[in-house]
Amino acid sequence: MTDPIIRIEGVSKSFGNFEVLKDLSFTVAPGEKLALIGPSGSGKTTILRILMTLEEINGGGIFVDDEPLWHMPKNGALVKADEAHLHKMRAKIGMVFQLFNLFPHKTVLENVTLAPMLTKGTPKAEANALAMDLLAMVGMADKASQKPAELSGGQKQRVAIARALALRPKIMLFDEVTSALDPELVEEVLNVLRKLADETDMTMLLVTHEMNFAHDFSDRVLFFDGGRIVESGPPDQIFTNPQEERTQTFLRKIVAAGQRI
Amino acid sequence: MWDWNFVWQIIPQLADGVVITIQATVLGTIIAMIAGLGLAIARRSRNKFIRYPFGFAAEFIRGTPLLVQLYFLFYILPDLGILLSPMVAGVIGLGVHYATYTAEVYRTGIDNVSKGQWEAAKAINLSTRQTWTQIIIPQAIPPMIPALANYFISMFKETPLLAAITVLELMNQARSVANYHYKYVEPMTMVGAFFLLVSVPSVIFLRRLEKRFAPKLR
Ligand SMILES: Nc1ncnc2c1ncn2[C@@H]1O[C@H](COP(=O)(O)OP(=O)(O)OP(=O)(O)O)[C@@H](O)[C@H]1O
Ligand SMILES: [Mg+2]
Repeated sequence: MTDPIIRIEGVSKSFGNFEVLKDLSFTVAPGEKLALIGPSGSGKTTILRILMTLEEINGGGIFVDDEPLWHMPKNGALVKADEAHLHKMRAKIGMVFQLFNLFPHKTVLENVTLAPMLTKGTPKAEANALAMDLLAMVGMADKASQKPAELSGGQKQRVAIARALALRPKIMLFDEVTSALDPELVEEVLNVLRKLADETDMTMLLVTHEMNFAHDFSDRVLFFDGGRIVESGPPDQIFTNPQEERTQTFLRKIVAAGQRI
Repeated sequence: MWDWNFVWQIIPQLADGVVITIQATVLGTIIAMIAGLGLAIARRSRNKFIRYPFGFAAEFIRGTPLLVQLYFLFYILPDLGILLSPMVAGVIGLGVHYATYTAEVYRTGIDNVSKGQWEAAKAINLSTRQTWTQIIIPQAIPPMIPALANYFISMFKETPLLAAITVLELMNQARSVANYHYKYVEPMTMVGAFFLLVSVPSVIFLRRLEKRFAPKLR
């Protein structure tokens, strides 16, 4: 078995007195497609935000590519990471947000070229060519010169995916990327995710309420509840034969709400 | 009652005042823009030994009349060994007074850029400086422009206060001509007309700015 690309070891995280993640540990293999499911408030978004360094941890440790994420070695010990270390680590990770967060004052193309040009010094022509390839991949090449405000939600999200891919991250994080979309726009975004899963060897972590999609997409499913992993396993097992009562209850509710699993 | 000859006669002297009034407004505006930015940054500081004194000073300045501040700068600072020319005291007074307002405009403008923009910038690994220059400031500035312009028009209309510290701006010139000739109607009407002539187009321009920048970019 290859070394995991992400190791989460005993991570805890609190907001004020409220402990969101409790001694959380799991690993992710390189290239693995991992779905994170669970009830609202169970900490799924928080763990992605911690991996993107948007949220600090209060205890434990995380290793990405065998390097500590929130710590760095100094005089033989691990100390809290400084901005330079975080900057280096962030280059390995990309994230797509529920609310897209495109830069409204930049064109679609500029949204995608910004990071390579500013963080890697990629020349403009090369950044444009790369961006056009990515935009073509998400089916947005014809909108390259438009502003985000002129796009539908599904189109915005596809641009946001292209933007996150532009730094060629090894790991991509997707936080409920379709839940802000009108139902008829969901599929176009999911298709892009399917394509990424099929055609790349990126490691992907996906938080979703679309159980059917999680089933198709993932190699493994983690079921979260109350800041802990209650159950994990291959999608067939989790969705058709869950062992834990809490998983069963959660999935029963999902089915009752009208979703196909 | 209205003496056109007198009007023509005093125009050159009033024109000198107009030049000073415009200079005071422009210099005051520049100080307000720069000092306001400094103040906004100081009030966002994580260090409370920076944040609190500047916050207190700003509230103090905003809570007291500009005229009192001008008196302090011009008549009281010399007792402490700081001697300012009338124009310098006036421009500093205007600029610092209005900086407390522009600082608030900057602050709200920056706060109105959504948290998601900061996070997206971080997720594509931009540095803090790049995030400010490429993402935050370009989005924060357009909505600020009408509010800033509004304050600068107000500042312009308050320049006659500088007469109180002997700056020979338009109002002071008009007053001295009027006192000299014992004729007040023409000089004062001309002062009013000048302010109106500048303010009204400025306000119309401001309304257009508001329309231009009102639709949210987001
Ligand atoms: N910045 C914050 N300050 C305080 N509490 C927070 C903050 N962010 C998240 N929380 C709380 O932490 C808990 C976990 O939040 P998180 O967003 O990770 O849940 P989630 O599993 O993604 O839920 P959902 O399915 O609703 O998105 C929630 O109770 C939430 O209210
Ligand atoms: Mg969430």
